[in-house]
Amino acid sequence: MTAATGTPTKPGAAADDADKNPTPPAKRARGETLFFALRSKKFLVSATILLVLAFIAIFGPLIDSTDPVAQGGLPMRHPTLELGNWFGSTYFGDDVFSQFANGLRASFFVGFLGGGLAAVIGMGVGFVAGYRGGWLDEILNMITNIFLVIPTLAVLLVITSYLAARGVLFEAVFVGLFSWPWAARAIRAQTFSLRSREFIDLAKLSGRSGWKVILFEIAPNMSSYLFLTYILLFGGAILLAASLDFIGLGPTGGMSLGLMMYNSVTYGAALQLGIWWWFIPPGIGIIALVGALYVMNVGLDEIFNPKLRDI
Amino acid sequence: MLSLNRVSKSYKVGTFGGKELVAVRDVSFDVDEGEVVSLIGESGSGKTTIGKMILKLVEISRGSITCDGTDVAGIHGGAVKAYYRHVQGVFQDPFSSYNPIFKADRVFSMIRSEYFADMARSEWSDKIEAALRAVTLEPDQVLNKYPHQLSGGQLQRLLVARALLLDLKFLVADEIISMLDASTRIDVLNLLADLKSRGMGILFITHDLSLGNYISEKTVILRRGAIVEMGATEKVFGNPTHPYTKVLITSVPQLHKKWADVEAEIRARGGDDSGTCLFHQAYPPTAGPAAADAPTLVKVEDDHYVGCFDLGQGICRVA
Ligand SMILES: Nc1ncnc2c1ncn2[C@@H]1O[C@H](COP(=O)(O)OP(=O)(O)OP(=O)(O)O)[C@@H](O)[C@H]1O
Ligand SMILES: [Mg+2]
Repeated sequence: MTAATGTPTKPGAAADDADKNPTPPAKRARGETLFFALRSKKFLVSATILLVLAFIAIFGPLIDSTDPVAQGGLPMRHPTLELGNWFGSTYFGDDVFSQFANGLRASFFVGFLGGGLAAVIGMGVGFVAGYRGGWLDEILNMITNIFLVIPTLAVLLVITSYLAARGVLFEAVFVGLFSWPWAARAIRAQTFSLRSREFIDLAKLSGRSGWKVILFEIAPNMSSYLFLTYILLFGGAILLAASLDFIGLGPTGGMSLGLMMYNSVTYGAALQLGIWWWFIPPGIGIIALVGALYVMNVGLDEIFNPKLRDI
Repeated sequence: MLSLNRVSKSYKVGTFGGKELVAVRDVSFDVDEGEVVSLIGESGSGKTTIGKMILKLVEISRGSITCDGTDVAGIHGGAVKAYYRHVQGVFQDPFSSYNPIFKADRVFSMIRSEYFADMARSEWSDKIEAALRAVTLEPDQVLNKYPHQLSGGQLQRLLVARALLLDLKFLVADEIISMLDASTRIDVLNLLADLKSRGMGILFITHDLSLGNYISEKTVILRRGAIVEMGATEKVFGNPTHPYTKVLITSVPQLHKKWADVEAEIRARGGDDSGTCLFHQAYPPTAGPAAADAPTLVKVEDDHYVGCFDLGQGICRVA
């Protein structure tokens, strides 16, 4: 991934450019971004998948309002077109579609919150370390490295043994707290290369304090990069949460895609009994969600970064 | 007003910051109110570094800079903002001084949001207009445009106008007219003369000797980070004493002479016509390390000082 940090144009080039193209770059860039976004297959396909999944996550539980863990219905029903049985039922008689829609909701929640938390910490640490440098940079670097090598699973196992009831919120925060280090490193490196630019000096000379320089000069120059980082953290959080769920360390109440797979394999013997409709939807859901996010990341990278466009 | 006292700057370079590059070496000079001091030297001699140390954009390695008696290195936090209200700079490269993703006049709005937040809109636009007129820019030609849509000279003058918005007492002008044509050049030089007559101190950084001669009352000649000669402009130009300055000034009429040629010429001449090192005549070299407060320049006449005649071969050969 390369950031579009907007290198200053050469004198001659700038003059030519100004003659031929009188539109201001921000406006032009926005139009251009949209143009290339609509031409990028990667972006269009992944955006469609994400929209469909988001639609199911938002409206699924409203259309099919069966309690995902009610265990009231007929067990092991094959999927039919009948409302409340679109994806069949589990070994215990739960509605699989209701579980899927609620699980998708939880995944989006973990993605937004966990990815968001990781993005906030990663940006905070990366910006401060890269901008201030010196001893503060070294301390923050050390903390980043510690978080990078802490075994997430071991910590979660310890917490699990003390904390019997864990919600989706806990999972999202936990995932967020452990997935920021790479983002902090990447943002630190970007900030480091921007901070010695002359326009940063000019902002300082204009009386701007450190955090204002970061917020108003450095961050806008790497906004597309920050957006890509958030998308990757979003997908990463969903994936990490799903794997925690799948090994039985997920939330104790509620439903998630990983938990569906865990239940189907551990309690329902779905593989042996051939209840494929129990584990296929969550499996495909996770792959589609995370896969679409990664493809979108690649697509957006091409859109933001003219050097990667295949024209 | 502004005073440099044995200021040095060394950068850490090399893969692990193991090597030191001394960019500025034991530099001392003063700039008073209503005085233009030109700092002249070849590329890489440390001019910009000195300007940035004055502006607190580069840390001082040794020595001190004081402004009206206050140690500049000791200014922290909110006081920095107050310092910049009176001490400003215009940088050498106008293209990299603008954040490319914003419009160029954002350099004005930054000043407004930090220093003139309460000023009425109409009053502010009058102020901007006056500042632009002072640098002979038409407001509708330059406002509301992106940096790449403006020429280097326009960007350079915008930066000068930006500095004028503040309540300036001291300006570091780092090659501010390098991109201007002859007529605008005169306009900006006249503007500087006007500011000077109103009591502003100006450090005029240039590698153009004739410009320095034209505008300044005091001249500081810098070579490889150290002062070789300084004093009243007419004395430095009328009676160059250091071999380096001599070659420099005799080569002024040859318009297209490059700085590299000057160095070569000095090397070719060797030390033969440079005479006795006046500095070491006055302060004979002693064995062992020089004391920290040992002088770096010797007085030639009133308001005219010169450094050691050594041109980089180690010890001063004519000592
Ligand atoms: N951030 C830095 N890190 C390391 N070395 C630096 C740095 N900035 C400047 N230098 C070095 O310090 C020396 C002086 O640089 P400076 O920019 O002050 O020169 P200058 O006199 O302004 O030259 P010019 O006329 O080309 O602008 C140069 O050798 C340069 O390579
Ligand atoms: Mg310079």
